[in-house]
Amino acid sequence: MAETLNPRLDRRAFLQVSAVAGGGLLIGLYAPDVLAQGRGGGPGSAASLAPNTYITINTDNTFTIIAKNPETGQGIKTALPMIIADEFDVDWAQVKIQQADLDPKYGGQIEGGSRAIPSNYQNMRLVGAGGRLLMLAAAAQQWNVPQSELTTAGGVVTHAATKRTATYGSLSARAASLPVPETAAIEAALKNPRDFKIMGKRIRGVDNLDIVTGRPIFSIDVSFPNMLHAVLVKCDVFGGKAVSANLDEIKKLPGIKHAFIVEPAGQGNNSLVSGVAIVADSWWLANDARSSLKVTWDEGAVAAQTSERYLAQARELAAKAPAAPPPAPAPAPAPGGGRGGGPPSAVIGDVEAAFRTAAKTIEAEYFFPLLSHAPLEPQNSTAHFHDGRLEIWSPSQIPSKQHPALGAGIPPENVTFHLVRAGGGFGRRLVSEYDIEVARIAKVVTEERAAAGLPSVPVKLLWSREDDMAHDQYRPTGYHFFKAGLDAGGKLIAYRDFVASTNSVVPANEFPRGFVENVLITSQNVAPFDIPIGALRAPPTNGVSFVKQGFIDEVAIAAGKDPLQYRLDLLNNPVGAGAAGGFNPARARGVLEAVREMSAWDRRGSLPKGTGKGVAFQFAHAGYVAYVVEVSVDAKKAIKVNRVWSAVDIGRQIVNPSQSENLVHGGFIEGMSHLMSWAITIEKGRVVQKNFHQYQPTRMMHAPASIEVRFLQTDFDPTGLGEPSLPPAVPAITNAIFAATGVRIRSLPLENQGYRWT
Amino acid sequence: MKYTVVVNGERRTVDVPERMPLLWVLRDAMGLKGTKFGCGMAQCGACTVLLDGQPTRSCTTPISSIGTRPVTTIESLPRDGSHPLQRAWMELDVPQCGYCQAGQLMAASALLKATPNPTDAQIDTAMSGNVCRCGTYLRIREAIKAAASGGRRG
Repeated sequence: MAETLNPRLDRRAFLQVSAVAGGGLLIGLYAPDVLAQGRGGGPGSAASLAPNTYITINTDNTFTIIAKNPETGQGIKTALPMIIADEFDVDWAQVKIQQADLDPKYGGQIEGGSRAIPSNYQNMRLVGAGGRLLMLAAAAQQWNVPQSELTTAGGVVTHAATKRTATYGSLSARAASLPVPETAAIEAALKNPRDFKIMGKRIRGVDNLDIVTGRPIFSIDVSFPNMLHAVLVKCDVFGGKAVSANLDEIKKLPGIKHAFIVEPAGQGNNSLVSGVAIVADSWWLANDARSSLKVTWDEGAVAAQTSERYLAQARELAAKAPAAPPPAPAPAPAPGGGRGGGPPSAVIGDVEAAFRTAAKTIEAEYFFPLLSHAPLEPQNSTAHFHDGRLEIWSPSQIPSKQHPALGAGIPPENVTFHLVRAGGGFGRRLVSEYDIEVARIAKVVTEERAAAGLPSVPVKLLWSREDDMAHDQYRPTGYHFFKAGLDAGGKLIAYRDFVASTNSVVPANEFPRGFVENVLITSQNVAPFDIPIGALRAPPTNGVSFVKQGFIDEVAIAAGKDPLQYRLDLLNNPVGAGAAGGFNPARARGVLEAVREMSAWDRRGSLPKGTGKGVAFQFAHAGYVAYVVEVSVDAKKAIKVNRVWSAVDIGRQIVNPSQSENLVHGGFIEGMSHLMSWAITIEKGRVVQKNFHQYQPTRMMHAPASIEVRFLQTDFDPTGLGEPSLPPAVPAITNAIFAATGVRIRSLPLENQGYRWT
Repeated sequence: MKYTVVVNGERRTVDVPERMPLLWVLRDAMGLKGTKFGCGMAQCGACTVLLDGQPTRSCTTPISSIGTRPVTTIESLPRDGSHPLQRAWMELDVPQCGYCQAGQLMAASALLKATPNPTDAQIDTAMSGNVCRCGTYLRIREAIKAAASGGRRG
């Protein structure tokens, strides 16, 4: 774990420099280790030897910096160029940013797992620092002075003794002829973080002006002359197939150009499922034609499945749960980017024996539902198929040429892939079946047009909101059956969690494992369970934090202890080998101590009746976040979240405090949606919820008056914050509801239990 | 059917079906992509435009219902971002994904026109039809107040 969290420069990585016509200079990086993680080019392959180019020095002393990763709202298009610009020692105002296309030369281009900062921080610094060294070397040669007498700032090299200055732009031609700095020299030239001028500053999003003026920067806005618009009507039942449809009738409707059945291809989430494509002059016409569409579906076996059955079976499994795990079950897969891979079970000590000696035992059943991601921009993608090649414009979080290639039946090398800003990701766009779909539709359209003597045109596929909710890869549902044992002093001596799993990651490493003498965590799969599942922001702790941090709160109350202090006491007393899965208890204590102080936790006894404070913390995706939340609950179960305090430990460097704070706000507000309203339920193998009226997101009137954020800058490598901010939001609120009312929340969402926001 | 509507002060004539919602007329027939599609049933507010000055969900407003009422979209705001709301949005770094913000800005502009110095409660009421899936509500609140007080100073 430590290695993966501390990416170091591969010794084979080196700077690459070339001159451009007109006097500019390109600075890039060969980084075989990064490239090996990317798709399409393994180490030593032709692709991995292609130089990437991160900085272009323009002759007017401005600098074009490449943003390599997909932007879905996490601020990475701003953050990664900030790192380069800071080490290069130029002013942010001199920087122009260009979004990279998908190309193996950039290594992994993925938005997921809060990995963009930890995976790229060091290499982006080296690109900038290497470029700065080159500028110093060029100036030293030009003025015939020692390089050590030179300084840089704002894209200018200065020799103070002779009061000479030169812009990077004026030095670029000379720099192009110089030897490239050695990797060791670049590493030695990295700035002391004290000297950062851009990192750590509140830098505003680079697309803000385009956003507030409504410029067409999102994937849904991609447009071309003569472009056609498509919908793909899929079976409401997962796995269902289109047998036949009234296609001739549909083709006669106004504006409809094509209608055809799409045959399935591939397997798993990134596959093409059966459906009926309707292609028209405008999207509204294509979508409106659905009301005239009659499809005969083969619904298949999943039509027998329901949410009630999953729950009933989970309880049956729990009732029969063995006292020890079955021998060596296969580990559940970690959904994209999730911190999985740990053991699927934990057997430490002897819980049953400990329960027999316990002064007190507590049992509780916890539940969280399936969730849909519901990014505000529905899934879409635009493709142009012509001459055996496909060009695609996609909002994918994990773009891959394999997907459109599968849809179009062409080799991946015949795909040109453009990354386009996405209206939210949250893990939904880790799966890119819309890229497969649009490729197939664009190919059929081009073929049908060719048969009619017409030239090829681009096609945009856009899902309706209803399509989006009905055909997601859902956050797995969780059924947890807990039992805890306390000794006479209230010490937690035995902890058991049986998980009836829906292909979800079983959190066998989660706190309080490592801090209790006897632990038993086992799981069995609910089956059949054939709902597509995937990664939602912060898998698997987005649901697990609610149950684990909720139950430990119950245990603390049963022990008669302050729930915050109870957590600290556990964290201070590791048992045996202590924590697992890379969890550092000192960092968890740090965020808990910080929120205690920030929220005046120890004075919470003076709160009025019906108002309470709750606490929770979570280690997720290499980050540590704790919340204290103050809520008020009235006699009619109306809840108001009054104030929120958050302490965050994502390492020694906060690249961009503005976006980092935004991500904490966003994680908390999303948690409020999970808490109050969000649940996907299955009836007859299909999703019941159709649109936002049945899947209400948090609205402004529900949002707290303040969310105070404190970053604890500890001496650990920096990591991302897109995910860690979400999971503990939910249990901090449910624990606050307990403090306010004495009612323990063990099931989500609250709307189903008579609660609402004020 | 041919319809002539006034959009951002300009008369535009389009030939579209009478049931076509204003959202799709703006986006696909007029090429004004700033107004966004989120839900298609007036639940999320991403498609908010002003119809005769009133915030309106364009996804459920048929073109045939517009008549002579002027339509105002995000594209009516200054291209250089100099409107007090745009300035506040950028200054406070409101957007995350940014997809909802055109609708948020249109709702906020209608609010400030009717209520130049809104209270928190007035802001919450006026803005709660507009979903921000990324959760930028605290900064939107701040930005509206900053724009309101900036307007007073101006």
